Amino acid sequence: MSKFYSSVTKKIWMSFMGLFLMTFLVVHLSINLLLVFDPTKNLFNEASHFMGTNPFIQLFQWVLFAGFVVHIILGLILQIENWVARPKGYRVKAISEDSFFSKYMIHTGVIIFIFLSIHFVNFFLVAKGIIGEIPKTQIDGKSVDDMGALVIALFQMPYYVVGYLIALLILGFHLDHGFQSAFQSLGLNHPKYTPFIKGFGHFFAILITLAFMSIPLFIYFSK
Amino acid sequence: MDLKLKIWRQPSAHADGKFVDYQVHEISKDASFLEMLDILNEELVNKGEDPVAFDHDCREGICGMCSLFINGRPHGPDNAITTCQLHMRRFKDGETITIEPWRAKPFPVIKDLMVDRSAFDEIIQAGGFVSIATGGVPDANAIPIRKQNADLAMDAAACIGCGACVAACKNASAMLFVSAKVSQFALLPQGKVEAKERVQKMVAKMDDLGFGNCTNTYACEAECPKEISVTNIARMNREFLVAKLS
Repeated sequence: MSKFYSSVTKKIWMSFMGLFLMTFLVVHLSINLLLVFDPTKNLFNEASHFMGTNPFIQLFQWVLFAGFVVHIILGLILQIENWVARPKGYRVKAISEDSFFSKYMIHTGVIIFIFLSIHFVNFFLVAKGIIGEIPKTQIDGKSVDDMGALVIALFQMPYYVVGYLIALLILGFHLDHGFQSAFQSLGLNHPKYTPFIKGFGHFFAILITLAFMSIPLFIYFSK
Repeated sequence: MDLKLKIWRQPSAHADGKFVDYQVHEISKDASFLEMLDILNEELVNKGEDPVAFDHDCREGICGMCSLFINGRPHGPDNAITTCQLHMRRFKDGETITIEPWRAKPFPVIKDLMVDRSAFDEIIQAGGFVSIATGGVPDANAIPIRKQNADLAMDAAACIGCGACVAACKNASAMLFVSAKVSQFALLPQGKVEAKERVQKMVAKMDDLGFGNCTNTYACEAECPKEISVTNIARMNREFLVAKLS
């Protein structure tokens, strides 16, 4: 793969896919927050029904899936190449001043991948009717899957909530470096705008993490 | 000052190496780091032992020959200087100093603390030059250049090619070096003519030589003795993207 794609090309794809997945997170978060703003679950169930049946979304979910695959595979290739580039390490660990979370992107990435796999089995495959069963609910005389009930049932389990919160914290670390890094990789660096991008990256990572975290906490403590 | 040294000793490129402990005594705090090693070597030679091989040349911080990974940092604990500009007053009496060679696959150890950095020369040979006819020396005001660009090009050209960026990078990436060389030309009119070919050829050579990929960790910038900015890396990425798309 290295022979076909240069290191810079790989980094550019990595950042495009990273930014694309961040937009997905925003959409996902806004739908999840409906559970907090509407405890009847109707808004959330309607949104889930739309996401699960709209033909454009059905097509686009494959693009999203491809985005995940490209980001994960490129991340692994880049990391393996980076390990190979230094076959013998230092005795005294490098203590250079640098971006802290950037050193742990592969570690946070692997944890997010494990979380994503569990998430996929718990929600996506269930929603698709591949495993398990979803209760039905009536909205305006229409029978739709009660995805809200599925989410609420899982967030009654303390260990599940704790695991979810830890995974989201790790996601926040990943995003904290990823946001500004994507702009740097795409060559979008400017003395006037880069400080704002860096600041916004921290803000974005904290906002996404806290907002996602609020949902299981809200559900768990309002039972 | 009395110091304990842990120095990587490796008799030749293919031999196994190991850390060897040495003691040096009564070192002046005003001695440079390389002078301290000179004193150690003099003692070793007097005892009939093999002196520690390390790279050095101008000892003024401009040639880029000295290296050394000192206590976890390329060029030692100070910022924006080379090892030859580092002084022993920066260390405490009785301190243990661990000295290692640059570690990267494209920088193989030749002997002890000396590494072969000709990989950087190969990258320059791949495109780090201007091959168009630029004529004689023009009048200073004959080619209009934005002051900002002239400054950025000069800052990029300050790179001495010492390899501290590669040594500091957790991925042994050479992006800071290559981007400085790409930038110093891309920012000026004579260099712009071949900018597209240059960036692609230099990146391809860098990859071929086995340097790692940049993960925007920015340890390179923190350790560069010439304070080359990572904005050069962004510029190189931009130049590369434009070259590929046009």
